[in-house]
Amino acid sequence: MAKVTEENAEKSPDVESQEKETRFSRRAFLSGLGATGMAATAQPLMAAVAEPPARQAGEAAEAGTVSLVLRVNGVERRLQVEPRVALLDCLRENLNLPGTKKGCDHGQCGACTVHVNGRRVLSCMSFAVMHANAEITTIEGLGSPEKMHPMQASFVEHDAYQCGYCTSGQIMSAVAMLKENVGPTDDDVRHAMYGNICRCGAYPNIVAAVQQVRRLS
Amino acid sequence: MEQFGFVSARSEAQAAEAAARSATAQIGASVRYVAGGTNLVDLMKLDVERPKQVVDINALEMSRIEPMNGGLRIGALARNSDVANDATVKRDYAVLSQAILSGASPQIRNMASTAGNLLQRTRCPYFRDLAQKCNKREPGSGCDAMEGHNRMLAILGTSEHCIATNPSDQNVALMALDAVVEIRGKSGNRNVPIAEFYNLPGTTPHIETVLEPGDLITAVRLPAPVEGAKTGYLKLRDRAAYEFAVASAAIVLSMSGGRVTHARVALGGVGTVPWRAREAEAVLVGQPATREQFVRAAEAALKDAKPRSENGFKVELAKRCMVHALTTVSAA
Repeated sequence: MAKVTEENAEKSPDVESQEKETRFSRRAFLSGLGATGMAATAQPLMAAVAEPPARQAGEAAEAGTVSLVLRVNGVERRLQVEPRVALLDCLRENLNLPGTKKGCDHGQCGACTVHVNGRRVLSCMSFAVMHANAEITTIEGLGSPEKMHPMQASFVEHDAYQCGYCTSGQIMSAVAMLKENVGPTDDDVRHAMYGNICRCGAYPNIVAAVQQVRRLS
Repeated sequence: MEQFGFVSARSEAQAAEAAARSATAQIGASVRYVAGGTNLVDLMKLDVERPKQVVDINALEMSRIEPMNGGLRIGALARNSDVANDATVKRDYAVLSQAILSGASPQIRNMASTAGNLLQRTRCPYFRDLAQKCNKREPGSGCDAMEGHNRMLAILGTSEHCIATNPSDQNVALMALDAVVEIRGKSGNRNVPIAEFYNLPGTTPHIETVLEPGDLITAVRLPAPVEGAKTGYLKLRDRAAYEFAVASAAIVLSMSGGRVTHARVALGGVGTVPWRAREAEAVLVGQPATREQFVRAAEAALKDAKPRSENGFKVELAKRCMVHALTTVSAA
């Protein structure tokens, strides 16, 4: 039998084109999974995937769901959602805002930090239905790649991340912190940011990024 | 998480009426109020809490912090961060501000309410894990903590049925401040001194407080600050932040001519309830505020401690914590 090595394991053109056709981005893959795969496994939790279609008068709501209007990043979003859906899951799965990350899901890591009425909170620790009438801001509402919030730009400039999973929570926390009574030193920043864990240990750069914004603002 | 009905209460009466349908206000209640959610939602995700009905009380007007009878009335819904940063609290009840700021994280303190913190559940790993035996979660099932990982668990106020620690910092400070819990009950309002609010586990560790179905905590009242009193909170823990206490001490101390005239000492991290160290107070009052006397007080406070396999270190640690806190506060 011919020994297969990296050199002689050339792919046939057929295989290559097949791969090109099926290659897709991680995000597109996950979004697709949201609409099909995850819906199949977790249907009861997700009354609506992405933007739910507007319900016609008289049309029955899905069992166990309630109507909810959330004001997220300045936009009113109408949805049907089960009361047991955490704000975090609602943002990610129902409203298609995956910038807010699920880390521990138990209030121990800070990855899911968002702003509710201007204050930083953990979106994993409350139910979405508790936030009707609240003003919710996620990382998507803070800035965009083309027009970053100064804190986002500073994180990029200071390379204040490695894997990036905790980053949106770090940034949301840091932006809220600007309005809080926090002392001027690096230690003060570390203390004010201790609710956001970074497993990669990018803390020195995170502190530097936050301090630059504080100096300039 | 199991499904539940959700209602947002528009009035205290409506909230209390919904809660009154539960057979108990203790472990296993079928109706739960939710304020911040930081404890309840966590426990619901673990299936430790399985209410059939959740009553959102956030729309109720219960978040004010206002003067009352020379003291302070802290609304049940006042968020931990607002209480800790309140100017009056910082000036007259510093121990409360310090205690709150030593716990959780800024995000959690922005959510967690005063009354929710009062009812904060133990972090005992056996309580939080359905696969383990726990008399608190499932009365009569046994306690796997006794011979298990009990390093973080209690040494004071324990029973052979439960050694779960009360995890709150806020409540330790409230003990030292002689706080009063204001409760709207089915048959009228009542004010319960915090020293009488918590039950020792005894044979019924699942009955943690004096709350009855239909009760709604509306506020926590602080009496007028003790004349000339100094206060402080010292928390010892495995890491510098975002961790529960292995031992903590809340101190309220007045002195005159070098002698202690008023002393309140409460301990956290070591008791099944926020622990008022009355024996220590008795040793302190009328005596000189010296290190020797503080050591005697600490010995008295821990004389009945019952450590288990992994938490024997807490006996000495709690004493040193108390002595250090008393030394710092008296010298301030």
